[in-house]
Amino acid sequence: MAAPPIQPREPLQGRVKRDLAVRRIGRLGLWLTPVVTYFFLWAPILVLILFSFNDAESVSVWRGFSTKWYENIFRNTVSTDAIATNFRTQLLIKAVSNSLIVASFATLISTVIGTMFALAVARGNFPGRKLFDALFYLPVVIPDITQGVALAVFFKIVFDYIQLWTGQRMVSGYGTIIIAHVAFNISYVAIVVRARLATMDPTLEEAARDLGANHFQTFWRITFPILMPGILAGALLALTLSLDDFVVTFFTSGVGTTTLPLFVYGMLKQRVPPEINAISTLMITASILLVGLSLILQQRGSRS
Amino acid sequence: MNRFRRTQAGRGRGFALAFPGVFWLIVFFLLPLVFVAVASFMSRGPGGVPVMPLTIDHYERTFGVFARVTWRTVRFAGLTTLYCLLLGYPLAFFISRRLHPRTRLILLFLVLLPFWTNFLVRTYALITILQREGFLNGILERLGLIQDPIQFLFTPSAVILGLVYGYLPFMVLPIYAAAERLDLRFVEAAYDLGANDWNAFWRVVFPLTLPGVIAGSMLVFIPAIGAFVTPDLMGGTKGLMIGNLVQSQFRGRGNIPLGSAVSMVLLVIVFIGVLVYTRFGNRED
Repeated sequence: MAAPPIQPREPLQGRVKRDLAVRRIGRLGLWLTPVVTYFFLWAPILVLILFSFNDAESVSVWRGFSTKWYENIFRNTVSTDAIATNFRTQLLIKAVSNSLIVASFATLISTVIGTMFALAVARGNFPGRKLFDALFYLPVVIPDITQGVALAVFFKIVFDYIQLWTGQRMVSGYGTIIIAHVAFNISYVAIVVRARLATMDPTLEEAARDLGANHFQTFWRITFPILMPGILAGALLALTLSLDDFVVTFFTSGVGTTTLPLFVYGMLKQRVPPEINAISTLMITASILLVGLSLILQQRGSRS
Repeated sequence: MNRFRRTQAGRGRGFALAFPGVFWLIVFFLLPLVFVAVASFMSRGPGGVPVMPLTIDHYERTFGVFARVTWRTVRFAGLTTLYCLLLGYPLAFFISRRLHPRTRLILLFLVLLPFWTNFLVRTYALITILQREGFLNGILERLGLIQDPIQFLFTPSAVILGLVYGYLPFMVLPIYAAAERLDLRFVEAAYDLGANDWNAFWRVVFPLTLPGVIAGSMLVFIPAIGAFVTPDLMGGTKGLMIGNLVQSQFRGRGNIPLGSAVSMVLLVIVFIGVLVYTRFGNRED
């Protein structure tokens, strides 16, 4: 085939020069942007950790190494009286335990319900399947503040009616927070489990049925073990979302059910105690340990 | 195969499995949204609760007095998405092009790790850098570049910076997933056909990674437009967003119908955003 003669629209040399310049800029950008971005992501956290060991309260002037803020937390002695009302170690521990209570219940419930839903939509055959499917993407799409506000209105109205009928006044607390967390967690669990279901080989189940297993046996012996990594990943995601959630909890919590994010928010809004760097460092360490542990578990799971 | 199984199974099968989830979402998700929609058309009663005569006053107020905040919120969320894209795309592409799987895993892990720490802690970390007696002002002063500390916090830029810092990983992950699947032979083919870097990127690489870009943009835009913590802690009065308006109507002696109307407007903006994005996504497929 004879190629048509090339007719450069502009002098060839200029074009080559321009292309090489673009390549050089592109290559530089492809190295520089990641470096800058990693710096941006990590600098604040590293500064925070570093200055939690600062002898002074300042986060700009280094006065020497000290662990006194950590000691204050663990001995429950806080530097000045004015701040002591805002921050006490018992309150911190209470907030942590509240978070754990809420997150574990919410994770357990949403993992079971979400997995059931994923199975039903993938394998079932009932009217409205498509509609329910769309319903499940709703919590992912709707901003958390809208959900929080909606639940606040909802619980207020429901509690008013309950009081009208039974005379009993119910208040927000663990129950309302857990209900709210489950409402957004189910979707995330279902999405993760469905992704795992989609990659599953359907012939395995058919083989089990051919070999005489009933529905129940097929599920527990074949489907469930294969789905297990997906279910665990969904549960882990639910746990993280639940532990990390501030906005929805803010609108559904009651007196005495302050979770850790609410506690941190309270500290930031009122006078910030100097121990906050140490608390934040402890929280960062805890989440790194949690992520590391889950990664190790996942790797072990995929190996076996 | 799938269809075969479905026709074999009776109709209605699996509904019992789906029921708890559907029930939970209808009662504790959809119904509350309906309540908010109804409350947004009701009048403000004593203590801020919704009472009967129906009215559209709250929507008039939302588009009148609050129009500036609404417009600012859309702008902030849009800019946040844009900056996340500008930072996140090269980063995701860079990670996806590392040859060793372990390197990719570690680099991805380094993006995710800050994301796994609590949002409030991350926001506070950024505040310690930016505040008046913070790290950045300290360094600038010691270098002799400034005499007096610069006011970084409580500005619109601080809010956008905080949002970008908070939601950047949401952008990186989907783009990474799309870039990793990218078949480099397409790029080679583009070069063979005479494309330069510029054309190879915009005509081949970018369209192929567009689904990741769209997914990432949605994952950033949605939380950014409903943001409440970041503007609350970093914004001051010039950086208030819709989220703060909503929140202030629901706490203390608020105005629940007004807050409901504002959050309905927020919901509509999000749906428009989702609609636009899915349109773009479908056309490119």
